[in-house]
Amino acid sequence: MTMERDTLTGIILASVREFAQMSDKAQGHDLAALDEKTRLFGGSGLLDSLGLVSVLMDVEQQVNDSQGTAITIADERAMSQERSPFRSVGSLTDYVLTLLHEQGA
Amino acid sequence: MSDTAAQPVALVTGAGKGIGRYLVERLAQAGYRVFGCSRKPVDWSLPGYEHVSADVSDEAQVRGLFSAIRERAGRLDVTINNAGVASMNHFLLTPASTLDKLHAINVRGTFLVTRESVRLMRARQFGRIVNLSTIAVPLSLGGEAAYVATKSAVEALTRVTSRELAPFGITVNAVAPTPIDTDLIRSVPADKIQALVDQLAIKRLGQPEDVFNVVRFFIQPESSYITGQVIYLGGPL
Repeated sequence: MTMERDTLTGIILASVREFAQMSDKAQGHDLAALDEKTRLFGGSGLLDSLGLVSVLMDVEQQVNDSQGTAITIADERAMSQERSPFRSVGSLTDYVLTLLHEQGA
Repeated sequence: MSDTAAQPVALVTGAGKGIGRYLVERLAQAGYRVFGCSRKPVDWSLPGYEHVSADVSDEAQVRGLFSAIRERAGRLDVTINNAGVASMNHFLLTPASTLDKLHAINVRGTFLVTRESVRLMRARQFGRIVNLSTIAVPLSLGGEAAYVATKSAVEALTRVTSRELAPFGITVNAVAPTPIDTDLIRSVPADKIQALVDQLAIKRLGQPEDVFNVVRFFIQPESSYITGQVIYLGGPL
């Protein structure tokens, strides 16, 4: 089963909204208006480190459950990239789609 | 407890025999719905107990174990990382393969089961993880280099994960038993066991009940402020 980009983006946005509500960094952001350009981490990012861990764990679980895969989002390749794939909703979507493609999903 | 949704759920690894089986029985008596795993199926059954065959050192099998718990119970409150293997041999005569085997079960198994437990526990912001160490660690017991090294790693994992998982409402502690009359020590000469017991403050073999007593303390909701601790039975050493 191939996962559509829009479906994956929807999963990520829902997860970000859930965990951003618990983060002080999300104060003042309109969580209903998030999109692929939304920064997740860093200076203007919505999430603190715990929030990012929670989102990655949550997205990984949902993707693996729905696709029957065993992807690991925070793998060594992700952690060693000069530009973190976790910097925005769009870059995270790209990275997860790459992992799914490599697993033939 | 008849309300399945409200019934707390516990997982015991290495549940097939010895302390693991005993902990399964006591947790079931205490009202938990208990899942257990071991590499082989078990030839016994217990009301409220469900067994899953899984090797804790195999990442795919561990994921499968937790998929089963998620599908059948939808929650997890307590994980007892009991699966463990020991080996007694002089350091100079210990093959590297023995170290690899002990590391796979004792360290990698604890690591994987803890990580996957958090995925289920974090939804309710509550979890109790109890690891198994051994008094051989503080004793720096000769002839147990590989075992002590891997159980020291378990204690280190206990302390580090207690910090990282605290924000999720999850505590991580360890109980370190003295020798207990199980398969794990059956091959150890009696004089070696006696020499070890002689070093304890309370000079007797441990009983499975001694282990459950500490486990029960760690997992009760009131122990929410206790994490990263290792309790050594029979001490001080």
